[in-house]
Amino acid sequence: MASVEHTDGTGLTGEDGVRRRDFINIAAVSFAGVGGVAVVLPLIDQMNPSADVLALASTEVDLSAIQPGQAIKTTFRSQPLFVRQLTPKEIAEADKVDPSTLRDPQTLEERTVDGKKQWLITMGVCTHLGCVPLGAGEGENRGEYGGYFCPCHGSSYDTAARIRKGPAPKNLEVPKFSFTSDTAILVG
Amino acid sequence: MSFPWAEQYTPKHPLMQWVDEKLPVPRLVYNAVGAGYPVPRNLNYFWNFGVLAGLALMIQIVTGIIMAMHYGANDLVAFSTVEHTMRDVNAGWLMRYAHANGASFFFIVVYLHIFRGLYFGSYKAPREMVWLLGLVIFLLMMATAFMGYVLPWGQMSYWGAKVITGLFGAIPVVGEPIQTWLLGGFAPGNASLNRFFSLHFLLPFVIAGVIILHIWALHIPGSSNPTGVEVKGPQDTVPFHPYYTAKDGFGAGIFLIAFSILLFFAPNFLGHPDNYIEANPLSTPAHIVPEWYFWPFYAILRAFTVDFFFIPAKLLGVLAMFASILLLFFLPWLDTSPVRSGRYRPTFRKFWWILLADVAVLGYCGGAPAAEPFVMISQVAAAYYFAHFLIILPLISRFEKPLPLPGSITEAVLAKYGKTDGETVAVPAE
Amino acid sequence: MVRIGAFLVGLFFSGWLLVSFLLGAVAYVTDPPAATVEHEFHLTPKHVSFSFDGPLGKYDQAQLQRGFQVFKEVCSACHSLKFVAFRDLAALGYSEAEVKAIAKQWAIKAPSVDPATGEAATRDPVPADHFPKPFANNVAAAAANNNAIPPDLSLMTKARHHGSAYIYSLLTGFQAQPAELLKEFPDAKTPEGLHYNPYFPNLNLAMAPPLTAEGQVTYGDGTKPTVDQMSQDVSAFLTWTAEPKLENRRRAGLATIIFLLIATGLAYMSYQNIWADKKKAAA
Repeated sequence: MASVEHTDGTGLTGEDGVRRRDFINIAAVSFAGVGGVAVVLPLIDQMNPSADVLALASTEVDLSAIQPGQAIKTTFRSQPLFVRQLTPKEIAEADKVDPSTLRDPQTLEERTVDGKKQWLITMGVCTHLGCVPLGAGEGENRGEYGGYFCPCHGSSYDTAARIRKGPAPKNLEVPKFSFTSDTAILVG
Repeated sequence: MSFPWAEQYTPKHPLMQWVDEKLPVPRLVYNAVGAGYPVPRNLNYFWNFGVLAGLALMIQIVTGIIMAMHYGANDLVAFSTVEHTMRDVNAGWLMRYAHANGASFFFIVVYLHIFRGLYFGSYKAPREMVWLLGLVIFLLMMATAFMGYVLPWGQMSYWGAKVITGLFGAIPVVGEPIQTWLLGGFAPGNASLNRFFSLHFLLPFVIAGVIILHIWALHIPGSSNPTGVEVKGPQDTVPFHPYYTAKDGFGAGIFLIAFSILLFFAPNFLGHPDNYIEANPLSTPAHIVPEWYFWPFYAILRAFTVDFFFIPAKLLGVLAMFASILLLFFLPWLDTSPVRSGRYRPTFRKFWWILLADVAVLGYCGGAPAAEPFVMISQVAAAYYFAHFLIILPLISRFEKPLPLPGSITEAVLAKYGKTDGETVAVPAE
Repeated sequence: MVRIGAFLVGLFFSGWLLVSFLLGAVAYVTDPPAATVEHEFHLTPKHVSFSFDGPLGKYDQAQLQRGFQVFKEVCSACHSLKFVAFRDLAALGYSEAEVKAIAKQWAIKAPSVDPATGEAATRDPVPADHFPKPFANNVAAAAANNNAIPPDLSLMTKARHHGSAYIYSLLTGFQAQPAELLKEFPDAKTPEGLHYNPYFPNLNLAMAPPLTAEGQVTYGDGTKPTVDQMSQDVSAFLTWTAEPKLENRRRAGLATIIFLLIATGLAYMSYQNIWADKKKAAA
């Protein structure tokens, strides 16, 4: 095209010529489109958690100071984490319930680690709308099932932190965790 | 407003017809940068830089909004939040380097755009308003770039803020209160950083607004062209789309390649190492310089070394620096030659080249240490700069004998392709 | 009117600049600026080649590990590295467990709070921590170092011209003050407590030569730890700390530019296509 020697126009007209021209224009526009999409990807990705946030994605908790019947509130991924040592009575209460009658059927065994049934580790995030339930602190209202009670909309959780009453659809979430020793766990 | 032969927007799809009746935005775009805008057919590649400046502004706004998502405008954390963006944020280094180098490319493109306007007389009637609005954009860009450079809160950020606001301190009586007011303190600090961030975020949108006015004002007389001869009829123009959208697409590709080379392979080439040192109010860098795009003006500022009777040299430098930009606002009335394009103005053309070299020399001196011989060179160069616009141009336009103009744009195009000689020659595509 | 005013303003600015120039030129001739010792004896960094030189160079992980060892055993006693986290060391080829062990065994502990009393305490760093600073604050740093604060090294190679070569040259550049220097500038004798180094901007720096003897560190990979080798390795390490994303950047750049070349080629052909009729009509 740089040359104008084809003054008769045969170089670019005719069936083939027209199709080839359209093809180049379409290809150029498509390439621009692909490039545009490729640029958008990092623009979206930059809003994902950054490396320093991801590096804090696991939390170690020391259990040695928690007595039976006590709970502590710590954080995991910037959200409250409840760590409770159940008393034998609380374990018995939880086991007494027939799981099939529950809104979110689960047994206490399914929610704890084998042989360490007394350690109940759950997120402190109500499954209704994300408030922090009461009950982990000393003297807080633990609701009518003796576990946790969410003051926002009145969800009551039992001693295994299963939903029993109120609007919440699910039991308090049990995060992935493992025992690193008899008195320490690694969450996440 | 447009030429009477401009193509009319006729929406075919019922949905587009419906939109056009209620809110004719597609029509507006069609008439502004679509097939509805007839453009002289003979524009050369120097006419690409307007669109490229728009592209550069878009890059700056997008990457800037992203930078702001990760930035903390507080003097205690500003530097480390920028480092956090560079190290930990996904593609953060890309955003940061693109924003820093994007500023340089914006200025490269705008300087080419301005020098094109100077050569081809684009500032002349009936396009004075386009030129004036362009200068407003340029001033806003300089303010935005200056405040943006403060935000990483490195050594150059801090001392740049101190020195530039110190210029206002040169004004008699009210100068120092103004400087304190600008900084919100006696030295750059958290208050300065916060207001600079706020304004740095605001001004680009003001720039975008003035660009709309700039384009609006351009569309009233229509684009100028390398011959400087006005459009006479439909044969002189082509629709903006697809003719110039295609050309601008190619131009954008070249621009992005150049930008990518710097961004990916030499991202700190145009920066200053001292800005990787956190701001330290107790220690001044050995050699303070602004970013390269301010160097010519910085050289003019520093060229004044001798008091003029009761006016201190410092104030003279500040006045001259502002004057060097403000005088451009008077350019349409300083250059009175009826011929627009430098192509047909042999004397004017020579001086244009001298001006280009002069500004390059000023730029070099502005980036060099404030020592001899650079001060002496910048004094001569700055003297020429003022003489060029204020003395030489008015004289040239009075005494120069221009070359004969082509009768029309089409005539010029045909002459270029050799048609008037009655023979067909192979011409490199442009 | 505009032109008369402009002419006067132009005459004023240009005229006064030329007067200033003449006065300056006369002063320059009659009273030439004295040579300074920095101007005469300061050296630009030596030439040294690294694996990451050139547009497509990459870091040499083994070298970065050696450089990290030099930093750990020598530099980190005084210099902080505050923008780098232990987790970042994974990029040097260390496994997760190794990174954890490096953090745990780091000589400087991370600041913390005693959970029983609330008093300031320390704890072992974890991978998520940034490298702890050797001094609690600038005052402590200055007090322990003859009033000179050891700068943070995270960005040092980007904060100096030719940073990688600069660090290498500085570390290998300590020497006795040249006799010619003292002859020409008798007042420029290196003050007590400072050390002559022609690669340092003002020629005298507070840091004593940190790498003085072969074998100061023992490399695990069998590389001979000469002063030159250690200096190169630690310069490479500090280049990485300043620009950890260098390899990602170059990879992304290569792909971007190849894509753009094709796209621009297509855009050019498309542009020529669209204009073909007009060009033909003209010709």
